[in-house]
Amino acid sequence: MTALPHPALSANELLALFGHFLLLSLLAVGGAITTTPDMHRFVVDEHHWLSNVQFSASIAIAQSAPGPNVLFVAVIGWNVAGPLGALATTSGTLMPSTVLTLFANRWGARRRETRGIRAFTTGLTPQTIGLLLATGWVLAQPYVIAGTHRLGAIALVAFCTVVMLRTRLSPMWLVAFGAVVGGLGWV
Amino acid sequence: MTDDANDPPSERPRSKAELFFAFNRMALQGFGGVLAVAQRELVERKRWLRRDEFVEMLALAQVLPGPNVVNLALMLGDRYFGLRGAFSALAGMLAIPLLIVLMLTAAYAELSRFMVVSGALRGMGAVAAGLIIATAIKLIATLGTNRLGPPLAAAFAALTFVAIAWLRWPLIWVIAGLGSVSVAMAWVRWR
Repeated sequence: MTALPHPALSANELLALFGHFLLLSLLAVGGAITTTPDMHRFVVDEHHWLSNVQFSASIAIAQSAPGPNVLFVAVIGWNVAGPLGALATTSGTLMPSTVLTLFANRWGARRRETRGIRAFTTGLTPQTIGLLLATGWVLAQPYVIAGTHRLGAIALVAFCTVVMLRTRLSPMWLVAFGAVVGGLGWV
Repeated sequence: MTDDANDPPSERPRSKAELFFAFNRMALQGFGGVLAVAQRELVERKRWLRRDEFVEMLALAQVLPGPNVVNLALMLGDRYFGLRGAFSALAGMLAIPLLIVLMLTAAYAELSRFMVVSGALRGMGAVAAGLIIATAIKLIATLGTNRLGPPLAAAFAALTFVAIAWLRWPLIWVIAGLGSVSVAMAWVRWR
């Protein structure tokens, strides 16, 4: 893969990027990662700012660094439009949820046992799980469908899934393992 | 909620700086997610929260949209030092990791012409997909106790997967459409 370019986005395009991540922030029930398929739809399929592989690589870069998973939005923004892009996606993702969290923490906390909140969590749990599976699918796609080392990639995805389910090994070691087998050209 | 949930926890942060450094420490230990580290630091090392308080706060952080651990940092900071505390915790969680990840991104643009680097990144990308699939499979077990009933809950999960992964429908329509139906059904059944 070639170096990630920084296409110059117009002010309107930057605003659209910011606006889309602002919207996704409010839809991120179950964590920011569950909105990944929609980011992919917007950034790759609709606007062609990144390729399939560049998109997955952005998430992998974030995964290889310490810190909360949400920082992958900054990497996507950077790869789309440099520092301004990173600012647009990061602030778009963090602002709505921050305001809502502070509000809920002060006024909503003691209402969490009410029927409305319970219906909300009960009803959206299946959606969250469906979204997580879709996220795994979208991220694996460039390696297991179109990649040059399909079998290695499928084996690696399956291996990580099983290890995470069967052991209490820190994900850090799996990320390191992935870097080594990938570096050897097996994936 | 039990009565002793109102007891004060055994320790509390002494200053906003302590909050900042505590969350910074957690973030820098968190490869592949911060949640597990947060539990160990906040409950077992710092003793700012008891285990039941941590679970309750996490449940609320998960109901709210947005990144869970970031919401948790905001809520805890707000509890001790108000708005300034919330932003101290947020800055501790994000500032230095953000700097690191953007430096890596910029370096990657230079380094990606080396086969080893782009190969390593492909490997890590496949691992990232596996980690998320495993998390989803672990959570499937919770559908067994869902008040919608396991078959219906599984059907909603499957429909969401198909709509997003295969049909590539916009998320907002899936949440507004399927989500409002499932929330309405949960509302009716919650008696």
